Amino acid sequence: MVRKEFLQLRRDRISLAMVVGIPFVQLILFGYAINTDPKQMVTAVISSDHSEFTRSFVSAMQQSDYFRVVNKWTDEESARAALRRGEAMFVLNIPPDFTRRLLRGERPALLLEADATDPVAAGAAVGAIEQIAQSALKKDAVGALSYLAEPESQKPFQVHVHRLFNPDSISRNNIVPGLMGMILTLMMVLLTGLAMTRERERGTMENLLAMPVRPLEVMAGKVAPYIAVGLIQVTLILLAAIFIFRVPFLGSLVWLYVSALLFVAANLTVGIMLSSLARNQLQAMQMTVFFFLPNLMLSGFIFPFQGMPGWAQAIGRALPLTYFLRLVRGIFLKGSEAADIWPSIWPLLVFMVVIMTFAVKFYRKTLD
Amino acid sequence: MSTDFAIDVRNLNKRFGDKHVVRDLSLQVRPGEIFGFLGPNGSGKTTTIRMMCGLLTPDSGSGTCLGYDILRDSAKIKRQVGYMTQRFSYWDDLNIRENLDFVARMYGLPNRRAAVDQALEGLGLTARAKQLVGTLSGGWKQRIALAACMLHEPKLLLLDEPTAGVDPSARRDFWEELHRLSALGISVLVSTHYMDEAERCHKLAYIAHGELLAQGKAREIARQEGLSTWAIHGDALDQLSKKVKALPGVEQTVVFGTTLHVSGRDAEALEKSLRAVVAGTRWRLEAMETGLEDAFIYFMSRAVDRTGFRNE
Repeated sequence: MVRKEFLQLRRDRISLAMVVGIPFVQLILFGYAINTDPKQMVTAVISSDHSEFTRSFVSAMQQSDYFRVVNKWTDEESARAALRRGEAMFVLNIPPDFTRRLLRGERPALLLEADATDPVAAGAAVGAIEQIAQSALKKDAVGALSYLAEPESQKPFQVHVHRLFNPDSISRNNIVPGLMGMILTLMMVLLTGLAMTRERERGTMENLLAMPVRPLEVMAGKVAPYIAVGLIQVTLILLAAIFIFRVPFLGSLVWLYVSALLFVAANLTVGIMLSSLARNQLQAMQMTVFFFLPNLMLSGFIFPFQGMPGWAQAIGRALPLTYFLRLVRGIFLKGSEAADIWPSIWPLLVFMVVIMTFAVKFYRKTLD
Repeated sequence: MSTDFAIDVRNLNKRFGDKHVVRDLSLQVRPGEIFGFLGPNGSGKTTTIRMMCGLLTPDSGSGTCLGYDILRDSAKIKRQVGYMTQRFSYWDDLNIRENLDFVARMYGLPNRRAAVDQALEGLGLTARAKQLVGTLSGGWKQRIALAACMLHEPKLLLLDEPTAGVDPSARRDFWEELHRLSALGISVLVSTHYMDEAERCHKLAYIAHGELLAQGKAREIARQEGLSTWAIHGDALDQLSKKVKALPGVEQTVVFGTTLHVSGRDAEALEKSLRAVVAGTRWRLEAMETGLEDAFIYFMSRAVDRTGFRNE
């Protein structure tokens, strides 16, 4: 029996490739990409006080490696929008008279607004901010100002941290909406992934091919029922999220369903494409796993997207889940509106069209 | 466009990797004809049929099916041909009516309900229309498959071993149905392993290792090679068969139960050898007409000699 299994395994080239290849690729990929202590998070600085001291504070933030200051947003409004869209993780507000009050010993405050939808991602950086403040002081508080750095003196200024969108840093609020994307990815790809291979294994594919049906008709027919299945799942998860897990829901249901519909459709096309490629159901399953793992690891579901190296982010940007996570978290926790979600909607559309084109291309009209 | 033939293919070739599955195959089927397609397993019958209905693309060769080019017009061919796959290929988890209804929809039949009802009635299955197809016996499945591929009233039926694994009485009914359809002008190309079925065909073709070895009416094929055949009745034919094989004029021996068929092209030498063998024994010698089966076994062994292949 064992012998027979080994013989069969050896004949199944693709399985064999997967047995050897998957662990290897995944190890390399995720070993390097995964970082629970995310660095280089995009930060907007709104400074109304350009002094020696504020400059060295900002540069200390840069040097800490946690923050990457981007000078794209300079006023309150645009910075807030960037936070909502998830383009920036932090906004640092420096009040106009900060340096003056600092020198007077009035213990002024800086305001750091953090996107806390993902408490883990925000947490480490927020934790580091005290340290950064101290080191900025050490550098500048020399000579006549050295009294500011004296250890026995109280901290000369404070950093107020506002955790936006998820003020209590409840990680459930981040994970449960994310799970919606995770579950949909797995279910949708698997269901349609098996659709075509099942026909092939049962021998009904030959019959189907002998009938006058166009490839697109076959595929659309295969996909349509699962869109309904997907939306039912969305509803179930949504209800559970709100009533069992008590995740706040600030956005609009309409946008949530629009996003979910697109996302479900995108994953179904992936399933259909895998289905056209795979020769049997086992292969379809393996391919699904192969597709699922990067989604799990590189989309920002488990590990903060901004904490990953550039190449990992590039892969992540090619995955529909990455966008759906932004959408669903945004709609749940930030109350995203049309303008906020558009940057994540169009990539889903593009993804869908591209994959569907491939699926139709790979569909074999003959048994050759 | 030639409408003289329902099927007219010439010099079809198909390779899978380095295996030459069909080589230079040409055959013609006339309208209303039941054309039997014979040959051992793996001889290329299924591949040939699939090429005719556009499921496989021939590597070379050309032909028409109902006047449509098999290379370019496979969509049109599919509309007018009923193809019954070798393996039952309807949906086990749909019931009988749902399966028929699906097929009717795929062909876009105008009065779908009526067509399905009529098919169910024809099958005598109106009462069991809601039974799942997966729970049916082989004979019923095969009848449903035939009914399903007849739904769109094709002019040509391509049947790939339709009676494999079906009991004899169901097979007889099936062939009666084929003859009824043929009388209506529908052409049928049917592949089979059964000699009794071969004899029910108007015309036959025999294929081995992808090569068409003979084509024509059953009688003609048997006579074609100029074989004479003798039957020896008696016991212990196995040993006799070995002994006889070595004799001059004997080219082939086949045991059929209590009868040994001995064939050869040199009629005189054959008769002389055999008379000598049975003289003074309990074996009884009798001249007979060369049967289809004898002829086919003869083709087979010669095909093996010629190509060096073994039929596995």
